[in-house]
Amino acid sequence: MMKPVDEQELGAAIAGAEGPLRIVGGGTRGVDCAGNVLSTAGMAGITLYDPGALTLVAKAGTPLAGIEAALASEGQRLPFEPMDHRGLLGLGGVPTIGGVVAANVSGPRRVQAGACRDSLIGVRFVDGRGEVLKSGGRVMKNVTGYDLVKLLAGSYGTLGVLTEVSFKVLPDVETSACVVLRGLDDRQAVAVMARALGSPYEVSGAAHEGGRTMLRVEGFAESVAYRAGRLQELLGGLGEVGVLDNPAQVSAMWQDVRDVAAFQGREGDVWRVSVKPTDAPDMVAGLGADAVLYDWGGGLVWALMPQGADLRARMGDLRGHATLVRGDSFARFHPEPAGLARLSAGIRAQFDPRGILNNNLLNGVS
Amino acid sequence: MEMPEPDAEILAKKAQIVARLQAVLPDGAVISDVAQVKAYECDALSAYRCPPLCAVLPSDTGQVSAVLKICHEMGVPVVPRGSGTSLAGGALPTADSVILGVARMNDVLEVDYDNRFIRVQSGRTNLSVTGAVEEDGFFYAPDPSSQLACAIAGNIAMNSGGAHCLKYGVTTNNLLGVTLVLMDGEVVEIGGAHLDASGLDLLGLICGSEGQLGVVTEATLKILPKPEGARPVLIGFDSNEVAGACVSDIIKAGVLPVAIEFMDRPCIEATEAFAHPGYPDCEALLIVEVEGSDAEIDFQLGRIMEIAARHNPVELRQSQSEEESAKIWLGRKSAFGAMGQINDYMCLDGTIPVSELPYVLRRIGELSKEYGLGVGNVFHAGDGNLHPLILYDANKPGDLELAERFGADVLRLCVEVGGCLTGEHGVGIEKRDLMVDQFTDADIEAQLRVKDVFDPKWLLNPAKVFPLQATQARRAG
Repeated sequence: MMKPVDEQELGAAIAGAEGPLRIVGGGTRGVDCAGNVLSTAGMAGITLYDPGALTLVAKAGTPLAGIEAALASEGQRLPFEPMDHRGLLGLGGVPTIGGVVAANVSGPRRVQAGACRDSLIGVRFVDGRGEVLKSGGRVMKNVTGYDLVKLLAGSYGTLGVLTEVSFKVLPDVETSACVVLRGLDDRQAVAVMARALGSPYEVSGAAHEGGRTMLRVEGFAESVAYRAGRLQELLGGLGEVGVLDNPAQVSAMWQDVRDVAAFQGREGDVWRVSVKPTDAPDMVAGLGADAVLYDWGGGLVWALMPQGADLRARMGDLRGHATLVRGDSFARFHPEPAGLARLSAGIRAQFDPRGILNNNLLNGVS
Repeated sequence: MEMPEPDAEILAKKAQIVARLQAVLPDGAVISDVAQVKAYECDALSAYRCPPLCAVLPSDTGQVSAVLKICHEMGVPVVPRGSGTSLAGGALPTADSVILGVARMNDVLEVDYDNRFIRVQSGRTNLSVTGAVEEDGFFYAPDPSSQLACAIAGNIAMNSGGAHCLKYGVTTNNLLGVTLVLMDGEVVEIGGAHLDASGLDLLGLICGSEGQLGVVTEATLKILPKPEGARPVLIGFDSNEVAGACVSDIIKAGVLPVAIEFMDRPCIEATEAFAHPGYPDCEALLIVEVEGSDAEIDFQLGRIMEIAARHNPVELRQSQSEEESAKIWLGRKSAFGAMGQINDYMCLDGTIPVSELPYVLRRIGELSKEYGLGVGNVFHAGDGNLHPLILYDANKPGDLELAERFGADVLRLCVEVGGCLTGEHGVGIEKRDLMVDQFTDADIEAQLRVKDVFDPKWLLNPAKVFPLQATQARRAG
């Protein structure tokens, strides 16, 4: 295993590599491919934290927990609520911030605050040629040159090995509450979530699972009480409504949504499907899934499928895409339309002409 | 500002090029008359002008594809144009180029409130996107100052921002999908009504690529429910430093205003004389706006005013009515116009870390004395995006060049303190040669290689964004 301690060592390691490299942060995201292990663990630490500018910069191998603790000490947080995959995948390890970026890991707050890529304002990385490169920086408004920051987010190490990442962070909230409706079917639930997300009450989470439809509001105590009340009024006619206002319980509930706790310890393949929210119930009806969790108002469907069942085939020609997060019967990533696949392959060939970085991961031939 | 020499062979083929374009477009969609093409000789960076070979105004994706295919075959450079409001020269033609204007493509194609998106043709203006949904209680968040005129196509090309980015993000955070036509005429769909892309984030790459990777003909945009209300507070200070410190303290206190705008004395005075918004006589002024219900607004403004009070403001004025709110914003919104009354001005667009605000403003003041040119500062303080307005006299020989050198020094200063050359206007031709101050040769080469993938012949807006010498070999090929 190679564990470079800085960009120069990393550059030399990549330039001198004679075969495929498998890039590893904390190894908690269940991403696997062949090659010599190249770990980012040697490059760790927060390099800059400026709470008054809502900016944090850290080396890629920094444990996520350390970053969250540093932010919490100043009453701030990462806006995008990154999921922890370990329970779902039955893995150990320590999640790193570089892994979060490489897999563009987000959580329920994505409906309000965007994905990881939306908070990411700068990257430094070493490409497949061994060149040290950067894009973006430490300021939240920056249109100087092409936005390679977005391109690197979610590229799963196939364009380069991240060495440093910068974020726009947000103030943490004073409290939170959750409006819960019971007994809705999937279609009713998606309609209720659409109504809530289309209201001015700043819903920061909209999920449906196990007969519960959950709508989260966060902020100052006065605001949270007011907005939860208004949501209750707005949705009152549509089902049995209650409000959960114990912050610890609300937090636990949304951690379960974030980490798909409902599927943990259960047999089967786990799929993550991104679709237009109102398309989700009909799609789910045709899947034959053992269990389903709707997040992002229905825009994200987690499906627990019998092992080897081809979810993509059952989606038909619906716009959207499915990722096989747990299981190995199919390619992990959804095949792209020919035009996009050609562009993506062209970009990968520019950044990694020898095809040695997490080889073939995004080609679906893992 | 140097532009490449036009290709004599292309100039000689003008009649043939025009004829082929006319064959694939409706009557009147090809403008080739020497007098008429002058309408396309510049954008809002009007110090630089060059009439194009011709201009085309297609009506849909198919026509855009046909135009690009012809230009690709004939090796003719294409400069995409939204509404021509770029302050960076993003739509400046060369004499051998075809201007591809999207102005006739302004239809709303789909509105979906349940899934909170609107799909439009890219020539639609920013404000009219909101216009299409506001009666139903929704809006499109990015709000560049030119929003009445600027097109979504240009917003996507430059990844435009606006005053409300602190809460709602910039264009890239509000863009869900595009129909993109590549230089060879191929049409690709990226993203859509679903939230995440599969594979590489090409949507994020296209946004802000300044029309160099493809032509966006349709866009799926996120729309948001309108807040119940919004109200500003105006705070005056006797120094820029204290105003800067107050911004940091507001942010640290956990309140997230929807906008924090900053104006310095020269701007305040010019604006007061021009629009009479009733601003106090002070060194620096903040306009801080929050959103929510009346009670939520009272509560948040209360916190902000408490923080501001600790910084001994010379004025602390909470808006008491819609009318007063409008008046407070009127001054800010007319600031550019007010400065324009004094003289010609050049508007810069660097971003700095908010904590460097006092130092940077002091240095800009010193540079202003050194160059002998006045400068006013009005900007989005919450996100550090500065807009120094450098005053000069366009009729005085050498003054523009002097202002440009002053501007370049300010932008280098932004980079030095950890910021960047452009926060929302784009590089265009204006900041092309400063790219080497922010990026290494390898950083620039990596970006050029991305363009190689989308536009191997380097025909799309080729003389922009990067220093000419860095792209010369590729453009010649």
